[in-house]
Amino acid sequence: MHLPAILPWGAAEGFSKQMLLVLLSVAIIATFFVLAARKQQLVPGKLQFAGEAAYGFVRNGIAKDIIGGRDFIKYVPLLFSLFFFILVNNIYGAIPLIQLPTFSHVGGAYVLAGLVYFTWIAIGVKKNGLRYFKLATVPSGVPWFILPIVIPIEIISNFLVRPVTHSLRLFATMLAGHLIVMIAGSGIEFLVMQENVLLKGTSVLVLAGAIAMYMLEALIMVLQAYVFTLLTAIYIEGALHADSH
Amino acid sequence: MNQLIISAATEGEVNPLMPNLWEMGVVLVGFLILLFIVVKFVVPMFEKTFAERAEAIEGGIAKAEKAQAEASAALEEYKQQLTDARTEANRIREEARAEGAQILADLKEKAAAESARITAQAHAQIESERQAAVVSLRAEVGTLATTLAGRIVGEALNDDERAARVVDRFLADLETQNAGAAK
Repeated sequence: MHLPAILPWGAAEGFSKQMLLVLLSVAIIATFFVLAARKQQLVPGKLQFAGEAAYGFVRNGIAKDIIGGRDFIKYVPLLFSLFFFILVNNIYGAIPLIQLPTFSHVGGAYVLAGLVYFTWIAIGVKKNGLRYFKLATVPSGVPWFILPIVIPIEIISNFLVRPVTHSLRLFATMLAGHLIVMIAGSGIEFLVMQENVLLKGTSVLVLAGAIAMYMLEALIMVLQAYVFTLLTAIYIEGALHADSH
Repeated sequence: MNQLIISAATEGEVNPLMPNLWEMGVVLVGFLILLFIVVKFVVPMFEKTFAERAEAIEGGIAKAEKAQAEASAALEEYKQQLTDARTEANRIREEARAEGAQILADLKEKAAAESARITAQAHAQIESERQAAVVSLRAEVGTLATTLAGRIVGEALNDDERAARVVDRFLADLETQNAGAAK
């Protein structure tokens, strides 16, 4: 089901297929959007229209709606890059012969979640100074005697758990989908190899289930790209408006 | 199947939460390259197009608004002109009426003055004729009275009936004299 590995496959070192796909995704996204945006016509052609619709989805549907104000445009490039980088790398899992979602390997998810983590902390500190850490961990309007419980919870949830869930959510869904499709494929292969005709026939049921799971996975691939980007926008918005939360 | 078991066994030894550092590096570099391209080219180009489009649409709206404003200004001007013309016509009519009244009053006054003049002239003529009559009477009355007195005296003054006859005769003579003089 996989392409042959480039250099030692699955090994801890060497240039793997996954790395090649990451670089390929960068080329695909950059090429598509530069070509779509380049003409800058007031009445867009098909390519420009598609590019504008995709760009507008992130710009207006995520950045403007969540962050809002006049500042949202500053964060559009990050959100836009994240969404389409994750989307294309996820969709790899649904393309026959490629079938490797990049983020089924946890490293990439750590990198992106880490970038986002330092980005929103930097935004919060830049906006509010060091007071930001107090604003982010001490909720206003809470009675003083509850604070000893609330503050540790806030610290853990905001600064420790948040990047972990942010990265693992993406990684786990991609790995699980990858495994399910792979296991279903192997199961079909196993059943087809059986001598018993009836047992062999049950492979059709597994195939139907595998197709359903494949469709579900394709949906989750798009959804997780959206969720990751949406959460990033929510974190940035929280850092920007820490004093009103 | 055997391959699957083998790969599962080998993967089982690797903790899936432990990242491959090389993969992390590639994702980081790849993402930063993409981010750079997006920041440098994609977003500015799309934003420029959006801004131009918004400007074009707003410009069109502004142009339409301007045309509408011009049209309503022209309408306003025509209405104003119409009102002015009506006012002018009314004014002219009023003036003509006033002028007619003035002329009529003047004519009436002139006629009144003329009639007064004629009346005064007639009065003056009558007066002068009366004066002339008085003068001529004054000259004749003495003569007549003397003549009458002479006749009365010439007759018997004691007879009243005769005296009355004399007076009547005298008057009749006077009338025939006057009638002859008038002829």
